[in-house]
Formats: sequence, C-alpha cells, structure tokens
Amino acid sequence: MEWTFRQGTPIYAQIIEQMHMSIANGTFKPGQRLASVRDIATEAEVNPNTMQRALSSLEQEGLLHTERTSGRFITEEESKLDDLRKSLGNRFIDELFSNLEKLGMKKEEIIEAVEKYAADNRNGAEVK
Amino acid sequence: MSILECRGLVKYYGRSRGLDGMDLQLEKGQIVGLLGPNGSGKTTMIKLANGLLRPTSGEILIEGDRPSPVTKAKVAYLPDREFLPNYMTVDKLLDFYGDFFADFNREKAEAMLENLDISREDPLKKFSKGNREKIQLILVMSRDASIYFLDEPIAGVDPAAREYILKTIISNYCENALVVISTHLITDIEPVLDDVVFIKEGKVVLHDNADNIREAKGKSVDGLFREVFRC
Repeated sequence: MEWTFRQGTPIYAQIIEQMHMSIANGTFKPGQRLASVRDIATEAEVNPNTMQRALSSLEQEGLLHTERTSGRFITEEESKLDDLRKSLGNRFIDELFSNLEKLGMKKEEIIEAVEKYAADNRNGAEVK
Repeated sequence: MSILECRGLVKYYGRSRGLDGMDLQLEKGQIVGLLGPNGSGKTTMIKLANGLLRPTSGEILIEGDRPSPVTKAKVAYLPDREFLPNYMTVDKLLDFYGDFFADFNREKAEAMLENLDISREDPLKKFSKGNREKIQLILVMSRDASIYFLDEPIAGVDPAAREYILKTIISNYCENALVVISTHLITDIEPVLDDVVFIKEGKVVLHDNADNIREAKGKSVDGLFREVFRC
C-alpha cells in the first residue's frame, strides 16, 4: 500500500487514518494477515514504535486482532467493517456540508445540489 | 538505568566551545534524532561517546560505564566522513570488521550487500558516493551493538540512496538497542524518529517525542526546529 504523510500532524494518527481507508475500501481484505510491524514500518518509512502504537490502537477498535503465534489479521466481523464504513462516510458528508456552508449554501440547497449531481452522474462513471 | 547518559558534559577545544554542560538520558528501543545547526556540538557528543575525545568536565556513560574498550565493543559508529581504507575491497572490509568487532554479524552484512547488487571484489574507491555510504552503513548496522551512532548518514546522497539508508535503519530496528542519528536534514528523517533532541550552543534545549511535538504544536519537527534556531 502507498503511504503519504502530511507535515505537522502526528504520524500515528495518520497511519490509523490511512489504515481505516485501506480496510474500508478493501485494499486489506477481511481476514488478511498483515506483515510484521517492522516490515510495514520499513515500507511506510516510519518509526517501528509509532507503527506499533497505531496498530495497537486499531486493535483496540476491533479492526485488527492478534493470534498469539501467527500474527496480526484484519477483522472478519462484518459489523465492525460496516461501522467503519459508516463513520468514514459520515466524516466525508460532514466535510461536504461544512465546505458548502462556508460558501453560504443552506442545508436544503446542499441536498438539492447533491440530488442534481447524483442524477446527472447516475451511471456513476464520472463519480469519483 | 539509561543506556546512554550525559551529566554536565563539557568539552572545550582550547577556548572554543564543543559542549557546554549537556545533560541527557536516552533509553533502549528507540531511534533518536540529535538535531542542531552546524557547530552546535552533535559530532562532539558522538565522539565523546566513542572515546575519541575526553570530556573537559562532566561525564558520559554507556550502560553505566565511561567510554573504554568494554563500551567500544558494544557501540557501533558511522562517522560523518568516509572512514574506511578506500583501496580495500568489500570482501576485505568484511574481514576487517570481523577482526575488529566480536559482535559483527557477517551473514547479516552479506545478506544486505546482496540486495545492493554490487561486486564485492571491487575496492571501495570504485563505487559512487551513494554506494560507499550504503556499504559503510551496512558494515556499521551489521554489528549486534547496544548503541548505534549515525553521524549525518544521509548528507550528500541522492533521494534514492536516502530512501535505502532510511529503510536500512528501520529494518534493523532492535528493541534492545538505541540508535542515535545526528542530522540537520530533519524533514527526511523525522518520520523515523521516536524522540528528538535539539542541541544549541553545546546544550540540550529540547527533548521530546516527535509525535508529541506534532500533536502539541501542530507543526512538524522541522517547523519547530526552524523556529527554535531562527537567526
């Protein structure tokens, strides 16, 4: 997986953010085994302790689990993955609303614009 | 006990200041950045830790001991300049390191050299600067040491060599060892660091976890560095 880090934000938080996306969009499949902390840290060119901290946090969220002898795996619990997708989705919607509100649009106008956008692009081909 | 400790460490070269009362404790299992402008005392501290210089006053302790043959046997050092006889072939250098250091892990060095795709029968002087830096780093990192001092490991190499060097440092991470990297090229190195130590005019002015700095200040270590050392 491709890693990119912004300056001025904690790296462990950015790892969690990027792992959330990769788990939600299926780059990491449910039940997939992860490489070792050292290998992922090397790939991402980040500190191994920072990577460990981020993975532990994802474990606490229930998105990863550790098998004592065989390593770390992506969860197969559909409900966890659903919750993740919903919370990421909500965050994007939240961003959409706050950006458009900054342009002075009202809630109804935003919904109308979104409906129009969806209708114009209903085949999904141009929706990114 | 800290794996590396400086207590009131002072070093003067005649009248000119190297270190001016440095206090520092570093723990194992960390990769620490020793950051400061040119002339701030980074190399002086590293040379004191390696027993190449003696303190004017104060002390520096490696696992509780002052620099001695005992500490030299467990401290690996990559100087900030080329330090190996450049007529020696890579194979000879492997023998050389094996002769000098009981903790030299030749298999590890050979495995890393394998990935470099170079001829081990060629003398050091035949390689590019980037490859010479990589070969030196491989020799140093192939020791099973307690502390690794890397003085300016990425200065003057191209971005691909820089990436190779950073990846080599990360993949050799060991929870029982301390890695100290001195540099002024902070942006490249900061994602690799646990703690950062800012040195100014021979003293420690800041010692904190890199992610703490990003979280508390909302800026990169490089950004904070520019603020602290603004002229």
